[in-house]
Amino acid sequence: MKTVVLMGNPNVGKSGIFSRLTGTRVITSNYAGTTVDVSRGKTRLADGPAAVIDAPGTYSLAPTNPAEEVAAEILGEADVVVNVVDSTNLERNLYLTLETLERGVPAAVALNLWDEAGHQGITIDVDRLEELLGVPVVPTVGLSGQGIRELVERLGEARPSATIQPMSEEERWVAVGQITGEVQKIAHRHHTLADRLAEASIRPTSGIFIALAVIAAAFLAVRWIGEGLISFVFEPLFDLYTPIVMRASELLGPGILHDILIGRLIGGEIDYVESMGLLTTGLFVPFAMILPYIVAFYLILSILEDTGYLPRLATLADTFFHRLGMHGYGIIPVFLGFGCNVPGALATRVLETKKQRFIAATLMSLAIPCMAQIAMVFGVLGPFGLQYVVMVFVSLAVVYVAAGLILNRVVPGECPEIFLEIPPYRAPDLRATATKTWMRVRGFVGEAIPYLFLGILVVNLLYSVGFLDLLAAAFAPVMETWLGLPAGAAVALLVGFLRKDLAVGMLVPLGMSPEQLVIAVTMLTIYFPCVATFVVLLRELGARGMLAAAGVMVTTALLVGGALRVILIGF
Amino acid sequence: MITMEKTLLDLEPGMQGIIARFAGNPGFVRKLRTIGIREGKNLTVVTRHPLGGPVVIEVDGREVTLGRGMAVRVVVDVAA
Ligand SMILES: Nc1nc2c(ncn2[C@@H]2O[C@H](COP(=O)(O)OP(=O)(O)OP(=O)(O)O)[C@@H](O)[C@H]2O)c(=O)[nH]1
Ligand SMILES: [Mg+2]
Repeated sequence: MKTVVLMGNPNVGKSGIFSRLTGTRVITSNYAGTTVDVSRGKTRLADGPAAVIDAPGTYSLAPTNPAEEVAAEILGEADVVVNVVDSTNLERNLYLTLETLERGVPAAVALNLWDEAGHQGITIDVDRLEELLGVPVVPTVGLSGQGIRELVERLGEARPSATIQPMSEEERWVAVGQITGEVQKIAHRHHTLADRLAEASIRPTSGIFIALAVIAAAFLAVRWIGEGLISFVFEPLFDLYTPIVMRASELLGPGILHDILIGRLIGGEIDYVESMGLLTTGLFVPFAMILPYIVAFYLILSILEDTGYLPRLATLADTFFHRLGMHGYGIIPVFLGFGCNVPGALATRVLETKKQRFIAATLMSLAIPCMAQIAMVFGVLGPFGLQYVVMVFVSLAVVYVAAGLILNRVVPGECPEIFLEIPPYRAPDLRATATKTWMRVRGFVGEAIPYLFLGILVVNLLYSVGFLDLLAAAFAPVMETWLGLPAGAAVALLVGFLRKDLAVGMLVPLGMSPEQLVIAVTMLTIYFPCVATFVVLLRELGARGMLAAAGVMVTTALLVGGALRVILIGF
Repeated sequence: MITMEKTLLDLEPGMQGIIARFAGNPGFVRKLRTIGIREGKNLTVVTRHPLGGPVVIEVDGREVTLGRGMAVRVVVDVAA
């Protein structure tokens, strides 16, 4: 079977074309560095089925970060290359095109974003470009699918270019200039009011105001949508469901099966948070407490990603992030990490050096709780008063900054400066936004819910054999004397390795004061990542890096936990 | 027209110039060129962030953010 590899500069629409070719949905966003790993799919070409690979974007075959390394490496697997080119920026894109063609692989060029080129008054002589490059050239619009069929048809004609021969770097730049000059015409364009407004969001003063407004609006929207979904959709559903489980509870009668399925009745009633049965807590926590916020968060994140605002925010935040040993693009792992730490950890690949990636990954694991955990924190602490939730987040923010300042000093290595392309603003496509939100929500349901069930099962089994009491007793000295928490909180912290959301729920039956809850929840975020994130971090940082990161996490957790105890509870 | 050479970092926001050359190793030069910052191109400074923050420039209608350490190594011809 043939292998088709999609290569191109960042943010030119490779992943969009990949989705069109294979029917396999992958994440697309309006910023460079959305794809940081390869995705594989299948398609049918004229001469039979073919494997398709979506590579991260790269400006040249001489990589400057791990995501680009992946792209340069994957080229070796290609029987055919589809070089995706941004038609609104032909000149810059052609450098990689020439580099690729010089390798002598059969190739075709997709002139993507053809619609935008039209709007901007850019015309490209496709036939002439095809002659000059010596490979098929097809205009495409990845968003609507226009031109994809022709691209597939013409892939049959893809062969090594006869016109482009290996050349030196300087010669290549000359060739790029000549080709562009010959095939492209640009109608002169004046600065519009929209351009000026767009620039306001990247200037220091106006930009900060806009950023604060955007972040506040995003936060309020997530809360509002999440709460709306809970009170109008999920709670009514569970009201209908309660009589059914109550009936099941009566039929089962007391016993181990009841404990596992329904859990403990609290005052003769089902308590969806505390009962800890698979059919009660196991369903309620993921669906009625977490899912609504996951949906809300990913909807808002998709909009932020697709407008192209994030690279502007990265520019504004650069000065700050630079002090923490990263640069502005370090904000991307933070944003993705708030959804789920796993993609957040992967997104550290857009940073150039090991030092930057180590700091970004460690800080995220320390102080960025995922949405599932945040939802539970609001659910559990919210009823005591919003000030307790604020205490948790202020503590985490302080940890992020303080740990960043320190790590920047002690971690050896380089901190290159920000170097970032700002994409044009685009109105998010409604369908694309909905699909992306749905993909991520489905990912949550598919991955989180089995883990939650497993977690509840394990907790029930370990309780019934008395193991967890033993564990609690072993950790009692640290918990009670150092952190001022009941010994049972140790169990919740350990379960946090499986699922942090579940762990927050397990704190409820311990009957702690809100101050104790604040300490426990903050500790739970800092002390260690969940198993899914741990696996990814181990791969990204290596065993030594992970060990160092784990050391930072445990130390920070103990220090912060102790400090909070002194501040909130006293000695 | 009389022109003089300045580094990109010396240009105030709103000023324009023509990129003359780069002071740096080949890897650095390639990085700039492949993102569209090339000799002979017209460049406009969109903004320069305070406290050692980055510079945002526009070339060919595209904005690029770059750190000051890089900006100081981009030499630009400006009208005197
Ligand atoms: N108008 C228009 N927008 C497009 C087209 N193709 C892609 N886009 C948008 O351009 C942005 C980038 O698309 P992606 O598919 O994520 O680009 P990519 O090349 O995979 O980017 P990286 O993975 O970051 O290298 C997204 O916001 C898309 O919706 C197109 O033909 N027309
Ligand atoms: Mg992509």
